[in-house]
Parts: sequence; C-alpha cells; structure tokens
Amino acid sequence: MSVRVQEDDFDVAAELAELQAGGAGAGALVSFVGLVRDLSGGAAVSEMSLEHYPGMTEKALAAIAGEARRRWPLNAVRVVHRVGRLLPGERIVFVGVASAHRGAAFAAGEFIIDTLKTRAPFWKREVTSAGARWVEAHAADDAAAGRWGER
Amino acid sequence: MPKILYFASLREALGRASEQIELPPGVGDVTGLIAFLAARGGPWEQLATLGNLRCAVNQEMAKPDSPVTGGDEVAFFPPVSGG
Repeated sequence: MSVRVQEDDFDVAAELAELQAGGAGAGALVSFVGLVRDLSGGAAVSEMSLEHYPGMTEKALAAIAGEARRRWPLNAVRVVHRVGRLLPGERIVFVGVASAHRGAAFAAGEFIIDTLKTRAPFWKREVTSAGARWVEAHAADDAAAGRWGER
Repeated sequence: MPKILYFASLREALGRASEQIELPPGVGDVTGLIAFLAARGGPWEQLATLGNLRCAVNQEMAKPDSPVTGGDEVAFFPPVSGG
C-alpha cells in the first residue's frame, strides 16, 4: 500500500508498473486518473491551486486505502495526489488497485476516489474568467461517498 | 498551549494560518474553544456561525464535544474538495 502527496506530476505508466509489481498474483489492475477541468460552472478555468493539511492528509489517505483493503481482497493499493498550482488538463490524482478479479478492483477503486473526495483534507481554489474562488464541496460527492455506508 | 491551524477559505478570512494559544480555564472541548475564539469578534465570529465548519484534533476528525487539552493540535477548515 502506497500513498503520496506531491507537487510534481506523476507518470501513469510508472505508477501502474509499480502497482503491478507490488500486487503479485493479481489478475486485474484498475486505475483512475483525475484531471483539472477547463470549465467550472460555465466559467473558463485558467489555473487551480490545491492546499492540503500536511500530516493529516497522508494519514487520511492511508486510512481510506486501509479501509478498502479490509472491504475487498486487494493485492495492492496506490494513491498519488498532487498539491500546489495546476493548469487545466493536468493530472490531479491517481488511484490504482490490484486484485485477483476485476469486480473487487473496480469497486475498491471507486470507493477510494469517492471517499477521498469527502474525507481527505484537500481544498481547491480556482482562478476563472469570473474571478478566483474556493471550490465548494459538492452534494453529489457526499451522495457518491454515502453509497458506500459504514461497514 | 494548543496549536491551532486554519486552512483554505477560513485561513484567508481570518488572516492567519496558525497560532499558539493559552487555553483559558473552563475550555476543555471543541465547542468551548470555538466560543473562545469567536469572542474575539469580527471575522472570528464566523467560527461560531458557519454551519459547515470542520474540526480535527491531533489530525483526526473531531466532534463538538471532542476534548481539547494543552498539547493538542487543533485544525479548523471548510468541507474538503480534493480528488
């Protein structure tokens, strides 16, 4: 299990290779990559900055990855989240899971990104054609995370 | 002396990222700490009025009645928006 918070971009192929290397015996690798959108509420986004809570953010990511491993039979979990200044189209987050079968891998990957969005302390600030603003938490994200319930 | 941290829009509104305070007598939980800080007036009052204020004590999500003591690290922030 590996979680990282970093300013630098990440290489998706390298992350997948590490995931595969760490997930011996897996029959399925599933990955999710989140990108900076170029539109927000109809306004063009020129840049975004991501703030985090050093220490707590890494702990929260590790807790979410650990919870995924308790719920599904996973061989490996890898989460990378960027912070700092990002431009539209840039990668923000990588979530990768390895499992014996695709069902658990898809479910666990979706669980991790849904839960990360409501539990990991990151905050996005966008600069748009309509001015700069902090991104509000979305009700849809709460609903997505709520589907997983407490177990 | 608990260390208090503020993040994101709250940090901007309050004009500071962190501070070390002397815990006044009688303040022993998150609710008490919020009331103490809000009593500074001005932008600090929003700590008591924000409906979606989040708080962590020692880097774990906390509730209004979570205890706060001298050596703790307490953080206040808006709902998270990563991913």
